[in-house]
Amino acid sequence: MLRAVFLFPLFFLALLSAPFAARAAMEIEVVGGAANRIAIALLPFSSAQGQPAPALQQIVGDDLKRSGQFSLLETQGMAPPDLALVSIGDWRSKGAEAVVAGQVTALPGGRFEVKFRLLDAVKQTQLVGYSYTITAGQWRATAHQIADIIYEKLTGTRGAFASHIAYVQKQGKRYELKVADADGQNPRTVVRSGEPLISPAFSPDGASLVYVSFEDKKPVVYVQSLREGGRRKAAAFKGSNSAPAWAPDGRRLAVVLTRDQASQIYLINVDGSGLTRLTRGGNIDTEPVFSPDGQTVYFTSDRGGSPQIYRVAASGGEPKRLSFGGSYNVSPTLSPDGRYLAYIGRDGGRFRVVLQDLANGQTRVLTDSARDESPSFAPNSQSVLYATVQGGRGVLGTVSLDGKTRARLSEPGVDAREPDWGP
Amino acid sequence: MNKIFGIALLALTLSACSSTGDKAAVEDRTGGTTGTATQAGDGKSAGNGTETTGLGAEGVKGSAIDGGKYAGDPRKDPASPLSKRSVYFDYDSFVVKDEYSPALEAHAAYLVSKRDARVVLQGNTDERGSREYNLALGQKRAEAVRKALSVLGVTEGQLEAVSFGEEKPRDEADNEAAYAENRRVDVVYGDE
Repeated sequence: MLRAVFLFPLFFLALLSAPFAARAAMEIEVVGGAANRIAIALLPFSSAQGQPAPALQQIVGDDLKRSGQFSLLETQGMAPPDLALVSIGDWRSKGAEAVVAGQVTALPGGRFEVKFRLLDAVKQTQLVGYSYTITAGQWRATAHQIADIIYEKLTGTRGAFASHIAYVQKQGKRYELKVADADGQNPRTVVRSGEPLISPAFSPDGASLVYVSFEDKKPVVYVQSLREGGRRKAAAFKGSNSAPAWAPDGRRLAVVLTRDQASQIYLINVDGSGLTRLTRGGNIDTEPVFSPDGQTVYFTSDRGGSPQIYRVAASGGEPKRLSFGGSYNVSPTLSPDGRYLAYIGRDGGRFRVVLQDLANGQTRVLTDSARDESPSFAPNSQSVLYATVQGGRGVLGTVSLDGKTRARLSEPGVDAREPDWGP
Repeated sequence: MNKIFGIALLALTLSACSSTGDKAAVEDRTGGTTGTATQAGDGKSAGNGTETTGLGAEGVKGSAIDGGKYAGDPRKDPASPLSKRSVYFDYDSFVVKDEYSPALEAHAAYLVSKRDARVVLQGNTDERGSREYNLALGQKRAEAVRKALSVLGVTEGQLEAVSFGEEKPRDEADNEAAYAENRRVDVVYGDE
């Protein structure tokens, strides 16, 4: 009886919480073998009454699984161990290389204390341990931070689970530009419009979004502060204004304008001053994106007769073609570590995400879908976010750089498109 | 040369308009109002053009609003080439086909005769491929129509080529017929 009384508010809270409902729709697909995956035992955290759902180890586990770099040992239904008395040896014998244990304690005023330890199962030592005091509203953010710490300790590369994504959701004739956590949860609307919104991109510091809105009966580039919500037009010249990309310094943008007739790439200060033209010709030059050092601009051009990926020095000069396979390669994006180019390639009528190693030009198709668009690297360069179509609706997905782990982020009932992965 | 041809065409268009205007008004009216339709069925034999015209004369007062939509404005006359506002393109093509020459010449003549009139050429594409690349493709189509009008004597200040890319499809279906409908440039006047 007492148990039922305590369970009811928990259940009610779960119903109210959108992340819970959406989480149930997350799908992680592992395509290839488990080679090189780090085996980890993520033990159930001891829970506190009134804590949000789902449990922290669930959110952390989904993060780690989505990265494609971990295999999680079966721990469901196990009792949470005392944080000071985790039997590492048992897990070592089951093949675990690392063990995570944690506990949640309720504090006065609706706050919680969260503690976790990451243990090396081979050396039988603690790799790292942290304690947080949080509100219920910081529940998911705390889980992503824990996942980031585990990821960095075990792979040597910083995690990207606590980062954010932006995307456009279409419902009937309504368009909403949204910012969500990197796992697609906790979405917040930052622009609502009755006209299309496309091409959102986070500023390097994550404080602003640039995007294209059709509310003025033509495409116009807007820059919006995420904190205050204020915005201004960054490019509203005669003709179309589109395809904005941030320079790494966050002060300049590359945009595509048609003020001189053909779609050409220009550089402009974020406040709309200092316009200079970067590419010259009568063909289409569009979808510019800066290299991480700001020295090079990658873009799509049909100057060779079909759309292909090119690059040009940010100071101008003669563009050089980079993509050669197939007759349709578009939407280039650079990994923040500068090693990879990703783009959408058409092959036999299917549009899929292609990864190209910039050092040797070798390419690899990462996805197995047919209508992929808008690729964007994780801030740690370890996976690619993209839009695709499933059951006639736009969905967002991530794929690991080896193409073996794909996850769907958004619910299938929601039409999501134009994702960008930001800080 | 083109300009002279354009003005001659405009004159033709205007005279054609004045002679067909009443007839068109009648068609609008009988089709649009149930009250009129009942009257039309009252003793008037179907397929009799003269009686239809008669009804129109009788209903001139009643249909004043309908007729007013394009009364005196040749752009709204269904019989005028100015009422043709869409230019369709073949797959992966930016070539304005010959069949659109009469309509574009009429629009050019109208714009030449009214220097304060402005048009926006709105390019569209089908939904396949990159949104931004499609925006550029739609722009290339809008630009082709802009150039055609410019050659016919329309000034730069009267013309703006913009693109909606794949964002505002007229037909949202996912098939070849819809793709063809969406590979299009619309001629939209600034005062409409």
